[in-house]
Amino acid sequence: MTAPSSSAAEVRFVSVAKRYGAGPTAIESLDLTIRRGEFITLLGPSGSGKTTALNLLAGFQEPTSGQILIDGEDVSRLPPHKRNIGLVFQHYALFPHMTVRENIAYPLKQRRVAKAEMARRVDDVLRMVSLEIFADRLPRQLSGGQQQRVAVARAIVFEPRLLLMDEPLGALDRKLRESVQLELKRIHRELGATVVFVTHDQEEALVMSDRIAVFNAGRIQQVGTAEELYDAPETQFVAQFLGESNCWVGEVSPNNDALCTVAGACREIAGQRTPRTPTSGLAAAIVRPERCHVVARTAAIEGWNSVPGRLREVVYLGSQRKMIVDLEIGGSAVVTCTPDVVLPSEAAVCVRFPISATRIVPAS
Amino acid sequence: MSADTGRKATRWALAGLCTLIGLWLILPLAVIVPISFSGEDSFAFPPQSWTLARYANLVTPQWTQALLNSLVVALLVAGLCAVLGTLAAFAIVRSHSRAMVVLRLLILAPQVVPIIIVGLGVYLVFLGWQLTGTVSGFVIAHAALSLPFVVIPVAASLQTFDRSLERASASLGAAPVATFFQVTFPIIRPAILSGTLLAFLGSFDELVLALFLQSPTFVTLPVQLYRRMTDTIDPTIAAVATIQLGFVIACVIVALVLERRRAAGTKAG
Repeated sequence: MTAPSSSAAEVRFVSVAKRYGAGPTAIESLDLTIRRGEFITLLGPSGSGKTTALNLLAGFQEPTSGQILIDGEDVSRLPPHKRNIGLVFQHYALFPHMTVRENIAYPLKQRRVAKAEMARRVDDVLRMVSLEIFADRLPRQLSGGQQQRVAVARAIVFEPRLLLMDEPLGALDRKLRESVQLELKRIHRELGATVVFVTHDQEEALVMSDRIAVFNAGRIQQVGTAEELYDAPETQFVAQFLGESNCWVGEVSPNNDALCTVAGACREIAGQRTPRTPTSGLAAAIVRPERCHVVARTAAIEGWNSVPGRLREVVYLGSQRKMIVDLEIGGSAVVTCTPDVVLPSEAAVCVRFPISATRIVPAS
Repeated sequence: MSADTGRKATRWALAGLCTLIGLWLILPLAVIVPISFSGEDSFAFPPQSWTLARYANLVTPQWTQALLNSLVVALLVAGLCAVLGTLAAFAIVRSHSRAMVVLRLLILAPQVVPIIIVGLGVYLVFLGWQLTGTVSGFVIAHAALSLPFVVIPVAASLQTFDRSLERASASLGAAPVATFFQVTFPIIRPAILSGTLLAFLGSFDELVLALFLQSPTFVTLPVQLYRRMTDTIDPTIAAVATIQLGFVIACVIVALVLERRRAAGTKAG
């Protein structure tokens, strides 16, 4: 994280809920503090509430209840044009009847910035996104990537305290997307503004964000850095949405120490208790594929879980090898390892993984 | 015979047929043009001698006043339809109210109901309100008739309008009114202009309602033409018709160009 500029905004959602008529609730209850100058990503599948959260923050919708505070000021009922927030839209929303320069000058014109000052600032951001030579073209004469940069330039030229981006890379091809990701990171560093980025692409979230808020079904599942979310997911949803996980759902044991077990289908799996692990009822034991090993069936080892199964498939992926094991208790497990690991010769194997790398989380 | 030559033959046949239909539509109109320069006092075709006298005859108060009346009414109708039609199109496209289905039908109704019935209804009501033979009477009646010419293209243009542009404008600091004038209006302007032009023509050409609403002191150009045609066989009306034809063709070409530009604009946007 870079040093936040003094003008970067701090955003707080306080028990924000949004319902549409009698329909399903878009956002159940949202409590989230976005720190000054941070790059936070709202990540989730479509319909999870992340876009609604963005629209509430931008002012296109009003919360049904709760408050949204920007730098301590309640903006929940403030119309969008008074919020001073830069926005980059999924399909860029460039004004088709204006040139690149006119598009970028638009927010300055609304603020009655003097002509000379306006020209200087437009030139500055044009240089920042390397589009100087396209200044007098119309948006339709530009490629998707160039249009996207115009949209970013237009959203930052008035130096907003907060920059929102709604899946801004969704319409770009993969290769272009990677270079734009780095470009956006650079712009965030140079501006020092707070950035709220919405995406359903977990890889994009991992690359770009200081912190990630994972949304599902109108609720935040977990907020944290990429490492925290990947290494210490707090719910089954987070574990499965962010990267791959092996997962066993069962009755959680009532013992209250750091370790507990999930028992289901006549086998117990032990793992680390987390702050949100229930003391009774259903829970999920989760472990990442790269923490598992496929070994010949031998006696159990202290500190490890062992699940017997049959090796069904081995897929060679270049930098790693991926194995799929059909488990005797039903279902299958995915194990990844480096290609030089020697595999057991028999098909009857054990999937073995350390209890310390297994987490018991609320089932979803 | 290959499929390619077959296709070529079809294309030639189609071109021929279209040319015939075109001639069938245009020739009766085209006959008017030479007659307007005819030296005889009849509609004999082809003319035996040539003169510009018919056009000179037009510079009489009878014709100039009718032309002026028509222009004033048509311009007011065009202005009224541009504003009301655009507002109605916004309501129809942007409101989620069920009432909009009814509104749409009501706006189309005058074009669907036989014009003679509309004329009779308007006449009976306007007689009571003393609006017959007045500019306002003509403007109100013609505007009701011409409203769909604006509502239909503007509603179509709003339907394809990307509303995230308005959100973008708001996020960049423009209040709703500023957004309308800087973003929405410039993008739907070609549709409004082409609709307005058609509304103008709809009023300028209109005869049936005008026949009901005319008075001895207030006559529009189509009414004057009709009277002359039925009273006397006078080639002067051929001159009027030629001028009107040229004017209308010019208007239609402008409307088509605007419409094409709108289509190109929405495609690119």
